[in-house]
Amino acid sequence: MELSGAEIVVQFLKDEGVEHVFGYPGGAVLHIYDAIFRQDDVKHILTRHEQGATHAADGYARATGKPGVALVTSGPGATNAITGIATAYLDSVPLVVLSGQVPRAFIGSDAFQEVDMVGISRPCVKHNFLVKDVRELASTLKKAFYVASTGRPGPVVVDIPKDTTDPGVKIPYEYPKEISMRSYNPTVKGHPGQIKRALDLIVGARRPMLYTGGGVILSEASEELTEFTQTLGYPITNTLMGLGAYPGMDKQFVGMLGMHGTYEANMAMHECDVLVAIGARFDDRVTGDIKQFCPNARIIHIDIDPSSISKNVRVDIPIVGDIKQVLTDMLKELKGLKKKIDSKAIANWWQQIDKWRDTDCLRYDRNSALIKPQYVVEKLCEVTGGDAFVTSDVGQHQMFAAQFYKFNKPRRWINSGGLGTMGFGMPAALGVQVAYPDAPVACITGESSIQMCVQELGMALQYQLPIKVINLNNGYMGMVRQWQEFFYEKRYSQSVMEVNPDFVKLAEAYGHIGMRIDKPQDVEGALKEAFAMKDKLVFLDFVTDRGENVYPMIAAGKGQHEMHMSPEWELI
Amino acid sequence: MRHIISLLMENEAGALSRVAGLFSARGYNIESLTVAPTEDPTMSRMTLVTTGSEDIVEQITKQLNKLVDIVKLADITEGEHIERELMLIKVMASNAEQREEVKRMTDIFRGRVIDVKDANFTIEITGDGNKLDAFIDALQHSDIIETVRSGTTGISRGAKCLHI
Ligand SMILES: Cc1cc2nc3c(=O)[nH]c(=O)nc-3n(C[C@H](O)[C@H](O)[C@H](O)COP(=O)(O)OP(=O)(O)OC[C@H]3O[C@@H](n4cnc5c(N)ncnc54)[C@H](O)[C@@H]3O)c2cc1C
Ligand SMILES: Cc1ncc(C[n+]2csc(CCOP(=O)(O)OP(=O)(O)O)c2C)c(N)n1
Ligand SMILES: [Mg+2]
Repeated sequence: MELSGAEIVVQFLKDEGVEHVFGYPGGAVLHIYDAIFRQDDVKHILTRHEQGATHAADGYARATGKPGVALVTSGPGATNAITGIATAYLDSVPLVVLSGQVPRAFIGSDAFQEVDMVGISRPCVKHNFLVKDVRELASTLKKAFYVASTGRPGPVVVDIPKDTTDPGVKIPYEYPKEISMRSYNPTVKGHPGQIKRALDLIVGARRPMLYTGGGVILSEASEELTEFTQTLGYPITNTLMGLGAYPGMDKQFVGMLGMHGTYEANMAMHECDVLVAIGARFDDRVTGDIKQFCPNARIIHIDIDPSSISKNVRVDIPIVGDIKQVLTDMLKELKGLKKKIDSKAIANWWQQIDKWRDTDCLRYDRNSALIKPQYVVEKLCEVTGGDAFVTSDVGQHQMFAAQFYKFNKPRRWINSGGLGTMGFGMPAALGVQVAYPDAPVACITGESSIQMCVQELGMALQYQLPIKVINLNNGYMGMVRQWQEFFYEKRYSQSVMEVNPDFVKLAEAYGHIGMRIDKPQDVEGALKEAFAMKDKLVFLDFVTDRGENVYPMIAAGKGQHEMHMSPEWELI
Repeated sequence: MRHIISLLMENEAGALSRVAGLFSARGYNIESLTVAPTEDPTMSRMTLVTTGSEDIVEQITKQLNKLVDIVKLADITEGEHIERELMLIKVMASNAEQREEVKRMTDIFRGRVIDVKDANFTIEITGDGNKLDAFIDALQHSDIIETVRSGTTGISRGAKCLHI
């Protein structure tokens, strides 16, 4: 088959099994767009901003596990994509971003719409490529998908100079089925000796704790994790990125840990004697003050990325490998083990944990005349049977979503944890809906975050993507306001967000349905009504209690056990 | 602690900037860096000298290993090794006394005078960094016009080697 570079790009995507590309055209990618026009296999979703394209591709990837694909033009198209690329990078999401570049002969001449995309994106990609010859195009694209989706996943940029896609230059094309790279071979199988040592420690533990993160979801290892956890009968906590990897309604689950995690999860971390970290990266939002982190614990860490191990916290038994594989091996080994779990010690440990649980740290005022954001999320969980895809933006609403929606399946909870990108929620939700047109998809957001990518209401209309936007409108950058309340004597510097569009009319202007809800008794009805409209995007503007804060809270730099339940720093 | 890290990397445009970018982005120290193609033209060999605690150097080697262009890596300071650096140094040598002094020092340090002009000599000298420092110290009474150092390169002793 003789194809031009532009046709190779599109044919390759088809051969690679890519069904959807999120993008925005421009000069440098016009040849590619022309090739897209002349076929029907690869569907192009036109966003309203390149940031929206990368977030939508990201949401698509997180929901499906397949790499998301974005296509942007050179210069401003490429720079607009950077926030989305960095967002995917920090959460290890497989993304392939194709950016146009000026023709090779112009590179370096400050040509029209030229930026050094390889240079600009370098610190926030897993890898990137500049295509220097049309004959390298197919193999480079193959490498990009391979690198993005294997090992610790991440975004890969392929920068494509316009002249390498010249429709006048045709070359033979064959889909490169296999690729091997001598410089890139992620370790999959864990070291058997380390696994034995780890199990010995795990089985001998008296106050064990399983701390699991986004890696479990990336590894598709929820089943193995659930079996492992239930075989042991040990308590388990998830990071913000790991929610759903273990059923959120199960009794062994003690909730999320970290800055806004539950009392029981953080206390159990603090008091445990053996900590098993699985696909979690000891982020500072989780550890708090490193010096006070799990002071009594011997630590086992399973991770595919050796650089995650002993980066922030020194561990005793590292196991480098893919979680699915390692847990499968561990389960096998566990069954044949002679050493038995000290069930009495574990029963005592559970007794202690249940005492911590009794503090009911996620309590809130259920009799308030104002709508409490927690209540909205609780009702959302009920109305959707805990089975919707839920994306979120960044702020208090994100934490309420994490605390109050009980995720029972992996890939249902989609949020920007590492970069904390406001504006992520809605385009991500649209990406999810593109992948699963019939599934219920909700985007929990705030009046400030939503305005960062609100233009994607246009994309939603064009492709009839009936997501439900749950706007927890507190008229503040609530998370910022909370910090100012606690640490800046209530000086709410630039965090008041009272000047907003009429969100109902805004939704309507875009051809969607808008609803404003300002009484607690209307919350459930509105949610039911919205989800009953299966083919409509409904924007629900919930007017919530402006002063609500997220608790528990560990102030930055404090120990895990120093949790607070009020701005007066009442300790739990 | 000072560490010498040797790496084999794909001879690709951009590979060098990935390494340099990693060091600046993560705030690691970099004392010197040298790079050149190997006998296999598809690969370059880089030698990096860095300092940091054991934890930091462990992270540095892990982060380097993670770069997709890096094929293989070794911290050669972990075992017996040889390190060498080349220096070219231009000094004033306009009268007989100066010339004699510079020549004498060069001989003591087993250097070579490789360019002789009316007013100056250029000397080539190799050794580890300390030796080159010592040579500069020894020449302090002469006027040094210019020095250029290659940065450290190194190789493990014996059977240990870095190849694919
Ligand atoms: C406002 C705000 C508040 C936050 N508060 C909290 C909080 O209270 N609690 C909290 O937990 N987080 C919180 N976060 C999120 C936090 O910033 C981090 O993003 C999060 O803690 C990281 O989660 P993780 O450790 O699961 O790592 P991820 O970022 O999910 O990393 C995954 C890890 O798994 C590894 N991995 C990937 N694939 C595999 C595989 N196949 N096999 C083995 N290993 C693999 C990776 O190498 C990596 O180490 C907050 C974020 C925001 C924006
Ligand atoms: C792009 C971006 N800019 C700034 C921030 C800092 N920030 C974090 S939370 C937040 C406020 C979010 O307000 P809103 O969306 O209304 O959510 P709320 O906290 O009120 O629920 C801000 C400004 C950010 N995370 N991302
Ligand atoms: Mg708000």
